[in-house]
Amino acid sequence: MSGHVFHPGHSELHGITVVVETADQVTYVGRYHEETTEGLLLHDVAEHREAPGGPSRSDFVRQTVKFGVRSVHRHLVIPAGTLRRLTRLVEWQEPAAG
Amino acid sequence: MPYDPRIVQPMREEMVRMGARELTTVGEVDATLGDPKGSMLVFVNSVCGCAAGAARPALAQALTHPNRPQQVVTVFAGQDVEAAARARQYFSEYAPSSPSMALIVDGEVVHFVHRHMIEGHPPADVARSLTAVFDQHCATSSV
Repeated sequence: MSGHVFHPGHSELHGITVVVETADQVTYVGRYHEETTEGLLLHDVAEHREAPGGPSRSDFVRQTVKFGVRSVHRHLVIPAGTLRRLTRLVEWQEPAAG
Repeated sequence: MPYDPRIVQPMREEMVRMGARELTTVGEVDATLGDPKGSMLVFVNSVCGCAAGAARPALAQALTHPNRPQQVVTVFAGQDVEAAARARQYFSEYAPSSPSMALIVDGEVVHFVHRHMIEGHPPADVARSLTAVFDQHCATSSV
């Protein structure tokens, strides 16, 4: 992160498009709003679930970087306990194996 | 629901000052994007103070570069709703976001700048990226 606060008065990620990976293998891409004790609120959210024969998470994120966020949720709260990784979309990389 | 026109007027004027032509109706969009000759940048304007507040000055700066698109046009998302929706049909393989920019050369989208590529970046960074794209795609068609 640059340390630049995009929306003054909010957290550093407010208004930024992020990738959220969850414990149940679901990946979301959306605009970060805020994180509370209930969870993480995103706006305009695309969703990916691993499925046989379907695109991988990596493919989904790369396609989203290139072609934009195909939103399927106007707003979405990701429960606090399920969040595993939070990354800016433009900085996302597949975790190293192992 | 569109914002009060008085609020967005300065954002429109900022585009016009840098040489962009506003497309506010479906007819204007079709007349312009339906005639795909040469290079054209379509700027999808937005009221988002931070993303569009960086994108507009970035484009203004980039348009001072010797290599630049022959035409610059703009539609206003959330304001000129039908015109913006129509313009997006011309680059429908890209998900809608605003602000965003499509560089079209002879009817083909050769580069797309999504909102997520603007967020959090200072205008100078975005302008640098744009001028690199202009050098790649507009070098022989500059005005």
